[in-house]
Amino acid sequence: MRHLLSIDDLDRAGIERIIAQAERFSEVSDREIKKVPALRGRMVLNLFYEASTRTRSSFELAAKRLSADVVNFAASGSSVEKGESLKDTVLTLSAHKPDAIVLRTPWAGASELVAGWCSAAIVNAGDGKHEHPTQALLDVYTLQQRLGSIDGASIWIVGDVAHSRVARSNILAFQRMGASVTVAGPPTLIPRGIEALGCEVRYTLDELPSADIVYALRMQRERMSEPWVPSLREYASWYQINARRLTARQVLMHPGPVNRGVELSGEVVDSPQAVITAQVEAGVVVRMAVLYELLAGGGGAASGRALRSAEPVRLQSTPVGGSRAA
Amino acid sequence: MRHAEPLVAAVRPPSTLLLREVRVLDPRTGIDGIHDVLVSNGRIAEIAQPAALSAPDAELLEGAGRLALLPGFFDPHVHLRTPGQEHKEDLESGTRAAAAGGFVGVIAMPNTDPVLDSAPLLRSLRDAAAREATVPVGFLPAVTRGLEGEQLTEMAELRQEGALGFTDDGRPVQSAGMLRKALQYQRLCGGVISLHEEDRTLSRGGSMHEGEVSALLGITGIPTVAESTMVARDAALAGYEDARVHFQHLSCMASARAVEQAKGYGWKVTCEVSPHHLLLTDEDVRSMDTRMKMYPPLASEQDRLALIEGLRSGVIDCVATDHAPHARDEKEVPFEQAPMGTTGLETSFAALYTGLVIPGILDLGLLVQRLTAGAGVFDLPVSRIAAGEPANVTLVDLDARWVAGEHGWESRSENCCFAGRSLQGRVLLTVAAGSVVHRERSLAGAVAR
Repeated sequence: MRHLLSIDDLDRAGIERIIAQAERFSEVSDREIKKVPALRGRMVLNLFYEASTRTRSSFELAAKRLSADVVNFAASGSSVEKGESLKDTVLTLSAHKPDAIVLRTPWAGASELVAGWCSAAIVNAGDGKHEHPTQALLDVYTLQQRLGSIDGASIWIVGDVAHSRVARSNILAFQRMGASVTVAGPPTLIPRGIEALGCEVRYTLDELPSADIVYALRMQRERMSEPWVPSLREYASWYQINARRLTARQVLMHPGPVNRGVELSGEVVDSPQAVITAQVEAGVVVRMAVLYELLAGGGGAASGRALRSAEPVRLQSTPVGGSRAA
Repeated sequence: MRHAEPLVAAVRPPSTLLLREVRVLDPRTGIDGIHDVLVSNGRIAEIAQPAALSAPDAELLEGAGRLALLPGFFDPHVHLRTPGQEHKEDLESGTRAAAAGGFVGVIAMPNTDPVLDSAPLLRSLRDAAAREATVPVGFLPAVTRGLEGEQLTEMAELRQEGALGFTDDGRPVQSAGMLRKALQYQRLCGGVISLHEEDRTLSRGGSMHEGEVSALLGITGIPTVAESTMVARDAALAGYEDARVHFQHLSCMASARAVEQAKGYGWKVTCEVSPHHLLLTDEDVRSMDTRMKMYPPLASEQDRLALIEGLRSGVIDCVATDHAPHARDEKEVPFEQAPMGTTGLETSFAALYTGLVIPGILDLGLLVQRLTAGAGVFDLPVSRIAAGEPANVTLVDLDARWVAGEHGWESRSENCCFAGRSLQGRVLLTVAAGSVVHRERSLAGAVAR
């Protein structure tokens, strides 16, 4: 695997390989000296165009535990604010010859573009509302630690699906690992056409008890340019996961940061069903595994759409109109 | 009311050409056969039996029964970016691209910087066109000042200066009340009101067609109703005011139905469709190639088929490229950041011929009819191939295969949604207003004097 741009880059075997590697690395985190020399002398560049605390620090920690050098580049306070384009920034930073670039941007497809502009391995750490593949991998890892397997499990993803890159990556990853996925939320926050990803759609939580795993999404108020629900109060009364809705046998997940009292009630955050802190913990070991896979050639080029060519925006050379019947 | 000549171009000496044994095809005159055609003094001087004509002082072009001579195409919707955005295109490069695509006339949109919304600006632009334009250009000034949607432009004075009509393309008229005033004022000044239909409350934040692909990519979608509800609204306004409106770049089935219904009521509406909406869909956006980003967005396969049917039936009057050049660095950004628009002048005939005529979906004669009909929508004479007519013709090699972009572009910009595609049918020679305005390089060798 050359880049991790989308969960689509991985087949089931690829996901399992990364998770197995993460399990091996989890032992490192329990040591007194939490470091292995696997990526000594390699350079990881964190390039973040959006505010992020946990994802960035998780990648930073992962790289450092593998003994890589880490450079953090935040868009605020940088040349980006002086009007430099994404491409120019990437070309400039590439002069330092990073081995990997961890990229977060508010724009779908940005990591794929960057992959075409430089020779570093690109890890998509969130591209707009499109994907956040390492989040999905750490979620699968967390669930496997807790449940052994999610084959055949029913997973409900609840809340603001429209603005969520986590939802898209998780729908793909959970299904790839054999689970069935239902998305539920207010109709204004469920994008038209989402069924094409293979999931079911519900507008109420009436059937929530059938879920084995409940994955609550953050109400991304900071992304909302207009009111998508009448009020957070009404949203909470219909979609909040609380003690009344969550059953004892269910597992509760959330990508963080939690809006207590909105998508989750305080008591379920602190309940034994919640694995939210385990998700954060998993973040480091899974990202170690991803960086290791990309930079130390972990599993080779075995899976998915693995080796992507380092070309700029690809030309399609199919004839116009193609084979479409008209 | 209109005083100035509607189209302007740099004056060139008339060409004298003998096109020998070319397949002459004009759906309006009904001609379809091998003939000799003599062009001189700005007109089609003679059409004769093959190998019957000789003209010692004419440039001789051998068609060998293979090359097709068509009435010159007309594009009622291009962005020439002058004034203010000449790094994307200007009057010279844009009309050179038009000539290379077989066009003998184009109409430029007013969303320039500054906006074309006053008579002095129109006068200066027409003066510039009279110096620089290869192909005759007409202008549609804005309906409202600065495209702000607040106050009408001085439409009557603009008409006296040569405005073909009016449009707020790029920043559509949102208020029905404002559009109604423009339609009423049309009774004084004439001029078709050309409408880019988009309800911004529905399209806001969107970068592509709303559907399965947008859901998959996590890109905010633009629903087709953003266009179709405005088409229906404005058709009703035109009907009520007995005014003439032209709907730009139709993109979906619902809009085509709304136009069909309006025409059924006898309302004076016309509409256009762009090659990309006839040939591409939102599936082509999967790769997030920014050349596939335009307004209206590429819609579904069902919409595409409805547009083809509309073009065939006549619900859609003409083809317009909506040629919208953008500089490389402006398009070399993530999809959601990229400006809307694709170039189209240099590929429109070949793309449509390859995608619709060769597979038998559309008849060549009908395609030619729709590629020329845009002139009539704006009360301009439509190119015809008949003795005595002004010489506005396009010579094409229907068998020539090429890859779009392989020879570079005449346009200053290269953001063409068909770039890299294998096309068949190549414009070899364009004669506009009696002068050769484009000659494909390969043709230079074939010309004997």
